[in-house]
Amino acid sequence: MKKLSKMIKPGFLLSMPYMAHLSLFFVYPVVFSLILVFHRWDVVTPMEFVGFKNFIRVFSDEVFLQSIINTGIFLVLHIPLQIILALFFANLLNQKIIARGFFRTLYFLPVVVSGVVVTILFQQLFNYDTGLLNQLLHKFGMGQIPWLVSENWAMPSIAFMATWKNVGLYVILFMGGLQSIPAELYEAAELEGASTTQRFFYITLPMLNPTIVTVIVLSVIGGFSLFIEPYVMTGGGPMNSTLSAVLYIYNQAFNFGHMGYASTMGLFFAVIIFTVVKIQRKFVETEVY
Amino acid sequence: MKKTLLYSALIIGAIVFAYPFIWMFFSTFKPDGEIGNIELLPEIWTWQNYILVFDRIPIAKGFLNSLIVTSLVTISVTLFGSITGYAFSRLKWKGRDFMFSLSLLTMMIPFQITLIPTYILIVKFGLTDHLAGLIVPTMVTAFSILLFRQSFLTIPQDLVDAARLDGCSELGILFRIILPLSKPVVVTVAILTFVANWNEVLWPLIVIREQSLMTMPQMVALFAVGGGSDSSIGAQLASAFLLALPVIIAYLIFQKHFIKSMASSGLKS
Repeated sequence: MKKLSKMIKPGFLLSMPYMAHLSLFFVYPVVFSLILVFHRWDVVTPMEFVGFKNFIRVFSDEVFLQSIINTGIFLVLHIPLQIILALFFANLLNQKIIARGFFRTLYFLPVVVSGVVVTILFQQLFNYDTGLLNQLLHKFGMGQIPWLVSENWAMPSIAFMATWKNVGLYVILFMGGLQSIPAELYEAAELEGASTTQRFFYITLPMLNPTIVTVIVLSVIGGFSLFIEPYVMTGGGPMNSTLSAVLYIYNQAFNFGHMGYASTMGLFFAVIIFTVVKIQRKFVETEVY
Repeated sequence: MKKTLLYSALIIGAIVFAYPFIWMFFSTFKPDGEIGNIELLPEIWTWQNYILVFDRIPIAKGFLNSLIVTSLVTISVTLFGSITGYAFSRLKWKGRDFMFSLSLLTMMIPFQITLIPTYILIVKFGLTDHLAGLIVPTMVTAFSILLFRQSFLTIPQDLVDAARLDGCSELGILFRIILPLSKPVVVTVAILTFVANWNEVLWPLIVIREQSLMTMPQMVALFAVGGGSDSSIGAQLASAFLLALPVIIAYLIFQKHFIKSMASSGLKS
C-alpha cells in the first residue's frame, strides 16, 4: 500500500476530485449528447434510433430558423449599441471628475441584479398603455411604441433591455482599456497635427480592439443564451418573434419531451456560436496588424 | 461649459441606470391602479403587494433554498478550485498538461450541448426535486481553476520549497502558505460564483418542480409568469424587489470587490 501511494504523485491525487467531476459532468454529457442526436427519446420510454432524422428536421424546421434570425436581430442591435454606450460612459468616467465612484457604482448596478428582476421591471416599463417609457414619449409629444406587443418591436425591446443591464460591465472594461493606452501616442499624434476624430479612429479604436473583441464574444454567447427574458416577458411571442435558441430547446425538451431533437438543436447552436466567435476573433486580429 | 456638459451627461446616465430601481421600489407600495401613474411617490401607501407575495408563495423558503445552494456551491468551488489550481500550477505530474487543456476545452463548449445530458444524469441519480441536483453539477468549475492557477503561478518558489523542507504536506502548503497570499483571487472566485449561482434560473426551472424546494429567482419568475400573482403588477414588482434586495445590499457594501471581480470575468473569452 505504501508503495502505491508513493507511486501516485500528489498532484494527480489532488486533481482527482476535479477529474471525477469533469468525467461525470463534462465528458459523459458531451459523449451522450452525440448519441442523443441520433435518437428519439422522452426519458420515460426506451430510446429509439432514428438515424439522421433529427438533423433533417433541423433544416426543415422554420421555428428553428426563426430562433436564429431572432438571435441575429438581437445581436445586430445589442452589440453596436453596447459598444457605443460603453465607450461613451467610459470616456466620461475617465475624465477628471468628482464622485467617479458614485457614478460607476450606479452604472454597474444592473449588472449584479438578477435577470429575473430586470425582466419583471422592464415588462412594466415597456407596457403599452401604462408603461413609464410610453408615458415619457407621450410627454415629449411623440407617439407610443408597441414595445412588447408588436412582433417587429419585441426583440429590439429585449435587446435594449439587455444593453441597459450589461453595459455597466463593458464601461468598466473600456475604462481599463482606455487607461492602458500610452499617453505618448496621443502626444505624438497631436504633434503630427492629427484631429480629435483622427486620434479616435487611428489610436483609440485600434488600441481598444481586445476589449471590443471581448464585448462581441460575450454578447454572442449571451445572445444564444437568452432565456429568462423571453420566458418571463413574452413566452417567446408575439408570433415567435422573441423565441430564443435556449427557450426553443427548453420547450422542445422539457415541455414536449423531445430530448433527441432538442440535443440536435443544442449541437447546432453550439457550432454556430463556436464559428461566429472564431471568425470574429480572426477578423479582428488581422485588422489590428 | 465643458464641465457642465460632462456632468449633465454623467447625471443623465445615473438616472437612466438607477431610476428604474427607484421606480420599482416605490411602485411596490402603490395599489395596482396607481402604478401606471407617472408620479414616483404613491398617493396611497399600501403593504398589500407584499402581503399578497408572502400569502401566495413561500418566498422566505425560496430565499433559504437559494442561500443554502449558493453558499455550498461557493464553498465547494473555492475549495476544489484552489486545490486543483494548486495541482495544475505548482506540482509536476504525468498528464497535468493534458488535464489542463481539457479543462480549458470545457470552457469553450457552450452549455447548450451539455444541458440535456446533464439533466438526464440528474434524473438517473434521482436528484430531481432535490437541492443536491442544483449543487452537484457546479461543485467545481474550470474558470475558477484557471483563476487560481494564474494567481498561484506568481508566488515565489522559495516559499514553497522552504515549507516543503519543513515537512509541510502539499495541502498544508496550499492552505498555510499559498492561499493566505492569494486573498484577492479567493474573493474574486467567491463573488463570481455567488452572484452567478444566486441569479441562475434556467437550471432550477429544469430540475426543481416542487415549490418548497425552488430557489428564489425561480419562484419569483414563476410567480410573474403563472397565475399565482393574480396578475397583480404590484405584487410581481414586490417579489422582484425582494429578490434584488440581498444582492443590492451585498453589492453596496462590497462594491469595489464586485466590480473588480466581475470585470475579470471578461477574461473568460
